[in-house]
Amino acid sequence: MAGVTLDTVRKIYAGNVEAVKGVSLSIEDGSFCVLVGPSGCGKSTLLRMIAGLETISGGEVKIGDRVVNQVEPADRDIAMVFQNYALYPHMSVYDNMAYGLRNRGTPKGEIEKRVKEAARILAIESFLARKPRQLSGGQRQRVAMGRAIVRKPQVFLFDEPLSNLDAKLRVQMRVEIKRLQRALGVTSIYVTHDQVEAMTLSDKLVVMSGGQVEQVGTPAEVYRRPETRFVATFIGSPPMNILPGTVEGPGRVSVGGQSIAVTDMRDGLTPGSAIEVGLRPEDVQAGGVGASSLSMDVDFVEELGATQLFHGKVAGAEFIVQASTGQLPADTRKLTLAVDPENVHLFDPQTTKRLGRE
Amino acid sequence: MVENRPFAQFMAYLTLAIGILVVAFPVYLAVMASTFDTATIINGNMPLVPGDQAAENYNRTLLYGGMHARQPVGGMMFNSMIMALGIAIGKILISILSAYAVVYFKFPFRKTAFWVIFITLMLPVEVRIYPTYKIVADLGLLDTYTGLVMPLIASATGTLLFRQFFMTIPDELLEASKIDGAGAFRFFKDTLLPLSMTTIAALFVIQFIYGWNQYLWPLLITTKSSMQTIVIGIKMMITTTDALTEWNVAMTTAVLAMLPPVLVVILMQRLFVKGLVETEK
Amino acid sequence: MEKRAHISGWTLPLLLILPQMAITVIFFYWPASQAIWQSFLREDAFGLASEFVGFENYASLFEQPEYYRAMVTTAIFSSLVAFFSLACALLLASQADKNLRGGQAFKTLLVWPYAVAPAIAGVLWLFMFHPTLGTLSKPIKAVGIDWNPMLNANHAMTLLVLSATWKQISYNFLFFLAGLQAIPKSVIEAAAIDGAGPLRRFWTVIFPLLSPTTFFLLVVNIVYVFFDTFGIIDAVTGGGPAGQTTTLVYKVYADGRLGGDLGGSAAQSVILMIIVIALTAIQFRYVERKVQY
Repeated sequence: MAGVTLDTVRKIYAGNVEAVKGVSLSIEDGSFCVLVGPSGCGKSTLLRMIAGLETISGGEVKIGDRVVNQVEPADRDIAMVFQNYALYPHMSVYDNMAYGLRNRGTPKGEIEKRVKEAARILAIESFLARKPRQLSGGQRQRVAMGRAIVRKPQVFLFDEPLSNLDAKLRVQMRVEIKRLQRALGVTSIYVTHDQVEAMTLSDKLVVMSGGQVEQVGTPAEVYRRPETRFVATFIGSPPMNILPGTVEGPGRVSVGGQSIAVTDMRDGLTPGSAIEVGLRPEDVQAGGVGASSLSMDVDFVEELGATQLFHGKVAGAEFIVQASTGQLPADTRKLTLAVDPENVHLFDPQTTKRLGRE
Repeated sequence: MVENRPFAQFMAYLTLAIGILVVAFPVYLAVMASTFDTATIINGNMPLVPGDQAAENYNRTLLYGGMHARQPVGGMMFNSMIMALGIAIGKILISILSAYAVVYFKFPFRKTAFWVIFITLMLPVEVRIYPTYKIVADLGLLDTYTGLVMPLIASATGTLLFRQFFMTIPDELLEASKIDGAGAFRFFKDTLLPLSMTTIAALFVIQFIYGWNQYLWPLLITTKSSMQTIVIGIKMMITTTDALTEWNVAMTTAVLAMLPPVLVVILMQRLFVKGLVETEK
Repeated sequence: MEKRAHISGWTLPLLLILPQMAITVIFFYWPASQAIWQSFLREDAFGLASEFVGFENYASLFEQPEYYRAMVTTAIFSSLVAFFSLACALLLASQADKNLRGGQAFKTLLVWPYAVAPAIAGVLWLFMFHPTLGTLSKPIKAVGIDWNPMLNANHAMTLLVLSATWKQISYNFLFFLAGLQAIPKSVIEAAAIDGAGPLRRFWTVIFPLLSPTTFFLLVVNIVYVFFDTFGIIDAVTGGGPAGQTTTLVYKVYADGRLGGDLGGSAAQSVILMIIVIALTAIQFRYVERKVQY
């Protein structure tokens, strides 16, 4: 088994379109790394370059200690699970899993042993003789996983493998993938646009945007301390509220004339300069009293069962607050929001970078 | 159906029944004519129910031919079969390979190659008939099966059909094959070919009919009667001086000439329709 | 449209495309260019020497009254066959499109004539309408028409149109039926709710929606009459009586067979090529979704 190292990897398509703009990343052996970002952010291209399905325009990809830029996909010792599964429609489930091993000249007995083993792990033993079209979406997904497992590769690559499944199955398979990866201990790189999937699966979360890495960290780090405004609004649901504000002085900003205390604030910001103030819907307390508070005009309420989302405006900007159901009457029109200084995120309006302590 | 009116239904059945009868009648007559002797037909009073000469007619036609054909129709059918199979198989072979190259590889002059092939879609063999004849003659291919088949497989239909089909195969299958360690040959043999089977069969049906029914080209390049195809043979049997035409032999030959392609259409109707609609000629 | 994934290498694809290229060049481009080149040459009487004569072959072609007659014949023949085969096929297809019991059987019983060779189709119809022994000639003569396609050009043309139409109906039927079945039932139901009766629905909703199919078939049918009917003409009339059913393609064949004027025959071929290319160009916008390079 091996880790994966990327050194300023670039992808430039014909017509000088730069899809991946120099990504450096080191993925530790046995870890689960998720690349997340909106469509077109270059995450799939990056994965496909690691797989060897796209040529690498610049930089270096290493699997273990080996530079694989010029190595054929079959020789990179990787396995890939595709979004549409890419099962061979004319082959049985067994043959789908055995095909790669046969092409490598693995002895028959060994192939059978490995396929049976993978089928047992994935609980698809009873489907081995069927064709892919006779299987449900979830079952096909398992076969695609099985095809990857039998190869015993150094790295698993997943390209949005759950996005063709319905919501319920997706949650179930997510858990299974995580469990399987833990059990096998194989380095895994997983691409998704779904931030919940990204948060729940990853040991290492890589948020990408516009062909660049925005932030790398554990899910908790990325959630707690987003480095850019993009990451702040991309990770977390509902997304972080961003309010226009001004710097009052050290540890204090003002939003719509209301003063707020902030713990994580860079020193030396010019009082009176514009600043963006980020507050997560789940971090502000509706109707509470705290060190600092904001007033909100409520437009409507979304019922989610255990919680309610109050939609409205704070200082003229759109704002969402999450509250436990029953905590507030549904016809509330005005709210006072208590803000904990620990949970205020500040961003530079120009560079969109976090203005936290250095 | 929006409305289910008995009268409209009745009219539909009636129209279709009339259509089917009109379509079938000429063939019915031919089948009837193949059961009478020449004299009965010549006097212009052929009955519309079968006669008793069927065995005699088919036997004589297949094994000996008529007065004017000088060649048993069985032999002609053999020639037709070779030509039809040669054209169908040849076209499938060269076009699946060229489509594989054009779709799955990037090589210099790929687009040029595609257009060079595509243009041939526009010009049937009839418009370049004599120069083609001359080339085939110069190559010494007159009166050969090669000469019958080769010029007719130079067309873009098959390449376009396969290209169209290959485009519907997800890219990920090739990528999965690459990761599974399959090269160009294995991908073709293990994945592309098995997936193309229906397309191959559909193209085969269409091209078999096309090949079997060829007329002008075999007419030109076959001079020996032993190389004649059945569609040409029947023309030889109908002489301009009516009295000499053995109509029973001619009609027996017509029935025999229709049999293979019509059977193919009826027995493989699904493939036939697929081939026809997808090649769009 | 292009594949994202490709297989690397140059030699293999070139080898794969070689057979098709070789056959296309030898049996297509070479003869076609020969035809174009020869159309500008004139051979002497012995075929020993030839000289470049520019457009003279074309000029002399257009001085022949026979050539104009072949053009007119081709035009009449094409339009009659296209009209009748499209009309009959549309009538049958619109009936078969109704949810009838045994619909598949009807389809089978209507499509098989596609498999009959044009020459055979011609022979069948000739036999049926033969002036002396044809089963259907007698009723025609009984009403006082001196039916004889061997001697009367109009009768000969009628017989050709009948055989060619008979053979083409199945092709048109299949495409019309496919076209009709592709029209969403909800559109027709909407028209019915809007108060349109069956006939009105057909002409105001179904027929306009079918027009791409109709247009495609029109072009295909014209090309069919140009080329594929060669066998019918050769079997039924041999271009006669007195050359009155000689079409452009038949004339290329007949003139060439008589030998002699290679240049003139080549010029005729070139004109035919131009006509077909023009027809195909019109059809091209219907083919282009297939050719997205």
